[in-house]
Amino acid sequence: MTRGRTTSAAQHRLDLIAVVVAEPHADDPEADSTLSPEHVDIVGLCRHAPQSVAELSAELDLPIGVVRVLIGDLVDSEFVHVNRPVPPAELVDESILRDVINGLRAL
Amino acid sequence: MIFGRSERGKPPVEPVTLKILVAGGFGVGKTTLVGAVSEIRPLRTEELLTEAGRPVDDTSGVEGKRTTTVAMDFGRITLREDLVLYLFGTPGQERFWFMWDELSEGALGAVVLADTRRLEDCFAAVDYFERRSIPFLVGVNCFEGADRYPAEDIRQALDLDSDVPLLLCDARDRESVKEILIGVVQHAMAFQADRRETVTT
Ligand SMILES: Nc1nc2c(ncn2[C@@H]2O[C@H](COP(=O)(O)OP(=O)(O)O)[C@@H](O)[C@H]2O)c(=O)[nH]1
Ligand SMILES: [Mg+2]
Repeated sequence: MTRGRTTSAAQHRLDLIAVVVAEPHADDPEADSTLSPEHVDIVGLCRHAPQSVAELSAELDLPIGVVRVLIGDLVDSEFVHVNRPVPPAELVDESILRDVINGLRAL
Repeated sequence: MIFGRSERGKPPVEPVTLKILVAGGFGVGKTTLVGAVSEIRPLRTEELLTEAGRPVDDTSGVEGKRTTTVAMDFGRITLREDLVLYLFGTPGQERFWFMWDELSEGALGAVVLADTRRLEDCFAAVDYFERRSIPFLVGVNCFEGADRYPAEDIRQALDLDSDVPLLLCDARDRESVKEILIGVVQHAMAFQADRRETVTT
């Protein structure tokens, strides 16, 4: 499925909470013979709603390393894009932390 | 799988995601804690590690190499349509520290769950977060039948810095777990403020 490929060195390891979003105008992935059924499944799940890497791994029952490679392929072929999580430096932003506290209180 | 589900024609909301780690020994209540507040039943994800503990990022010859599978449980809390918090229960063993590094990068903070009957099980986690300057608090999961100790005694046994919060909790109780998580974020705020001061003065 990943045919033994590794993630390219340039591609920083995707965080478990990076969010994978389907490109709305991409072609039908099933028509693309270079994609495996697992690739198609990922696009399908992400078309339903954006999904974190962790959720895709759990949902497809595939190890995280494998899911990362598959997502990399789908980014290259422009079926999806990936939103990386808040960079650590920005976590010091008090307004984000306050939003989290308020959100938890309101649960 | 339902965050930001789009109404027809509207592009889906692409949420900002955050994470808090839940560490501690086997059986201390990590999965229970995650499940008490998660909107989904805790999901399981797996990572393959090489013998040296490094993550395997390909499938070439994995069969030939000796690998360990490490499972992590996680849950999700949608705080707002565009703000989602994930909780990761991390395996307690030190030999998985590569994975801890990966998980803790960009984490808001961490909870170290402790059981007073087996305090030594959380030493590795306390040590880890202290050394990496990751804001954390200790949650003492109060199992029935376990003796109650004064917080000060537990702090001493763990050799906790005075600014690390220690809270008693019940990992099964949603309100109790909410308090713990709020405590982590509040501590993270204080922690950042302290660091800023240290940098500027
Ligand atoms: N009595 C009691 N049992 C608990 C509590 N927290 C967890 N448990 C139980 O302890 C066992 C281990 O908990 P689990 O969450 O799976 O631990 P983990 O290995 O840290 O993920 C389960 O059977 C839980 O039901 C608690 O606060 N009180
Ligand atoms: Mg568990």
